[in-house]
Amino acid sequence: MSDAPAVSAAQLAEVALTREEYELATSRLGRHPSAVELGIIGALWSEHCGYKTSKPLLRRLPVTGPRVLQGPGENAGAVDIGGGLACVFKVESHNHPSAIEPYQGAATGVGGILRDVFTMGARPVALLDSLRFGPFEESAQRHLLDGVVAGIGGYGNCIGVPTVGGEVYFDESYRFNCLVNAMCVGIIEQGRLTHATAAGPGNVVLLVGADTGRDGIHGATFASVELNESSAERRPAVQVGNPFLEKCLMEVCVALAGDPRIVAMQDLGAAGLTSATAELAHRGGCGIAIDIAHVSRRETGMTPYEVMLSESQERMLLVVRPEDVASVQAEFDRWDLQSDGIGRITDSGRFVVSDGPTVVCDLPLAMLIDEVPLRHPDQRRPAGLDRALAADPLTMAPPWSPGETLRRLLASPNIGSRRPIFRRYDHQVGDDTVILPGGDAALLRVRGTGGAIALCTDGNARYGELDPRRGAAIAVCEAARNVVAVGAAAIALTNCLNFGNPEKPEIFWQLGEAIEGMREACLALGIPVVSGNVSLYNDTAGVSIAPTTVIGMVGLLEDLERRCGAGFTGNGDVVLLVGPVGMDLGGSEYQRLAHGVNAGPRPTLDLDLEARVQAVVLEAIGSGWLRSCHDLAEGGLGVALAESCILGGRGVHVTAPFFSLGSPIVQSGLLFGESQSRFLVSAAPADVAALRAVAQSRDVEVRELGVTGGGRVVVDGVLALELKALQEAYDGALLAPATGT
Amino acid sequence: MRFGIAVFPGTWSDRDCAHAVSVLGHESVPLWHRDRDLQGVDCVILPGGFAYGDYLRTGAVARFAPLMESVQEFAAAGGLVWGICNGFQILCEAHLLPGALTRNASLEFRCQMTWMRVERTDSPFTRECGTGQVLAIPVSHGEGRYVADPETLERLEGERRVLLRYVAADGSPVGGVSVNGSMRDIAGIVSAQGNVLGMMPHPERACEPLLGSDDGLRMFRSVVAAVEHDSLFADAAPRREPVR
Repeated sequence: MSDAPAVSAAQLAEVALTREEYELATSRLGRHPSAVELGIIGALWSEHCGYKTSKPLLRRLPVTGPRVLQGPGENAGAVDIGGGLACVFKVESHNHPSAIEPYQGAATGVGGILRDVFTMGARPVALLDSLRFGPFEESAQRHLLDGVVAGIGGYGNCIGVPTVGGEVYFDESYRFNCLVNAMCVGIIEQGRLTHATAAGPGNVVLLVGADTGRDGIHGATFASVELNESSAERRPAVQVGNPFLEKCLMEVCVALAGDPRIVAMQDLGAAGLTSATAELAHRGGCGIAIDIAHVSRRETGMTPYEVMLSESQERMLLVVRPEDVASVQAEFDRWDLQSDGIGRITDSGRFVVSDGPTVVCDLPLAMLIDEVPLRHPDQRRPAGLDRALAADPLTMAPPWSPGETLRRLLASPNIGSRRPIFRRYDHQVGDDTVILPGGDAALLRVRGTGGAIALCTDGNARYGELDPRRGAAIAVCEAARNVVAVGAAAIALTNCLNFGNPEKPEIFWQLGEAIEGMREACLALGIPVVSGNVSLYNDTAGVSIAPTTVIGMVGLLEDLERRCGAGFTGNGDVVLLVGPVGMDLGGSEYQRLAHGVNAGPRPTLDLDLEARVQAVVLEAIGSGWLRSCHDLAEGGLGVALAESCILGGRGVHVTAPFFSLGSPIVQSGLLFGESQSRFLVSAAPADVAALRAVAQSRDVEVRELGVTGGGRVVVDGVLALELKALQEAYDGALLAPATGT
Repeated sequence: MRFGIAVFPGTWSDRDCAHAVSVLGHESVPLWHRDRDLQGVDCVILPGGFAYGDYLRTGAVARFAPLMESVQEFAAAGGLVWGICNGFQILCEAHLLPGALTRNASLEFRCQMTWMRVERTDSPFTRECGTGQVLAIPVSHGEGRYVADPETLERLEGERRVLLRYVAADGSPVGGVSVNGSMRDIAGIVSAQGNVLGMMPHPERACEPLLGSDDGLRMFRSVVAAVEHDSLFADAAPRREPVR
């Protein structure tokens, strides 16, 4: 190969490399990279593939534990859930594509995360989605929401994997950068776990599934720059999904898991063939040589550059011994799937791509993956945070009565019923969904074990906006509480860090703080991080999103009979608050609705208390003392009370005197403050003493609030509302207003 | 008793149907779309999913599968054929049942519990149900709105071929405002001979109280009873000319 001429700034911008990074590559190679090589370096050194900004920070996360079978580094994490089974899971973002083309952006996000799980051999059993948009009141935002929901449903419903949970929030900061994070969970016998680690020089590399087209070229680098006015012109960088093809691909891959003929399996995601081949070979300490003339195309005239960087969906790589190629190809033929032998594993440590007789790329793998030039941006705590944090929310008089406030909170798009969304997702296929969407966490039976896994996603960015460390720690605790509320112990998590442009010192500070907060909470609760994804550059026209740490939690319930729901289940049950009384209004949904601000101290978080409260609730559910259990989150105690009533179809009468004693703002603080480490539970009168005893032994407060029953939600001296009216407010929160903006 | 469960590329409720059959302690075998051999099964289930991606039109490609030729012959000979969701769509495309399933009136996919009244209990699919019994069985579809021309609807009603009709949870009529807006609130219909059933709801998802309902099991039990007692029809069902 002759040296290519030095590159222009425009060429570097195209591959999202800085001039310094280009010089580094050139000096490492001792020559200028060719155009194809430049594209490959740009893709693998992008934030999306190479984590060049976040890697040093991510190393701080705890990733080990007795149940961890596979931590970060593979396509997905895996944990032991008993019975010889592994639970394989990961969350990943598809933010930029969804902002440009919501249906296909979201659909291919689902398709991508599904492949991450079945490439490890696991049959996907559940999907969850964490979504963020600008204000729901704006029709443009509802249009995005509708497209994203349709895309998630369009893919998940077609492929036959239930979408069992997730969350959605609306906030100003996402107006130009919606977030679409998809999580997939699969189950497999531990002995059949398949890895994406190439081995055996001479073994054949098969590319299977869809043909390769021009869609999604530069998706990885596109995800590593800010959006701007011309981003809509990047629509060709958004891929198009074919869930039917992926369904067929999934069936073959799941069937081949653990098959001795399969040396390794790796899906094609960001940066397509480039990153899949490079990572596969590098993990195994091998080299790889492929000839792209053997890649089936859906378009003519594609250049080697385009073939290598295409992000056409529904493709997988397999490494197979030469003698097994024909029989493995026959498995794909049965499902009418294309399979091309495109190259071989080598022992050279080099990444060699040829197009027929012409070598178009010959690079050392170590340089592409190990030697990603890390960026260490400046970090700076944003100015003005101290003043915002010092505000006292208890000095702002409530605009409404407590009853009216509760009604408005339930009608808030951030709190009200998610049914208009989840009824558009098949959440029951598979015959294992025991707790359907709408509760604290979804519960899925695990066949053959008598147990179940509890799944949820969570991540309140309003807390993180002023204190990313506290916000991320709360996200971990809140997600753990959600699975604890159904009776499951949190055993592992996956995370998606959605942030702005890390080249801004304030954003890089946020990222570091959030990872530290996640670390602290994981250590305190004993929950390892087994997989994750980082989505940076969520900025448009210089405006960054609020730092959004999304946690995907997996909980384990060993005895399915010992589960609990969030709705009150009987009349005359005692309603209790487990955990402290608090009035943390800073960052609350109440504050947003009532005053349109986000100010004041973040909710207090005592991680040791959090762990003790969760332990008490787990023991109480496991002992069969609780008849309902609901985590306290947005909207605080007041909303939790109303939700347990709505879900249970019966009212509540709170007689505890302390609500009526204070001033109106204190009443609001007590009812709608979002203090942490709390659950609302109900129990038969005979079981209350046992609950109290366990709580006392762990130094956890328990307060009797009142009793279930009737058709109203009553807090003596504070509010009295018909349940029906609250239900209407709750049900209507996500129905499009008759007249939009 | 042995069920055969069709597997087209894109089918996904085959596993759930097999699970439901196993809950009853019976056997099922998968029937691959390219095979013509029905392996001597007593009842063929065409399960839910998106056969061949449902591209073009739901069920439009699946009806041409080699397996469907055997299913046609099996049905003509009086064999029990049970189309669920996508299976119902395929049966309509294959003209084993009249009418068509179009986009839901809401224009959105719907996954939720529905309730349906059993309109007759002398069918092999409902003989274990009570007269007028209301079954709680979930739906999951985007194109389940049953439509047919007025003559066909009248013929279906006159021949008592509407087997399942959407109602409210308390059994009261929904008057056209069902989950998908089907004409006459039709959830399931049978062929003129009564041996072919198409229904949009998923009985295989209602086979355990743990999952919210076991009403669907009654339908599986009915089929087992009909086959094992070797009398598919509790009374002499009207045998008229085949549909189209």
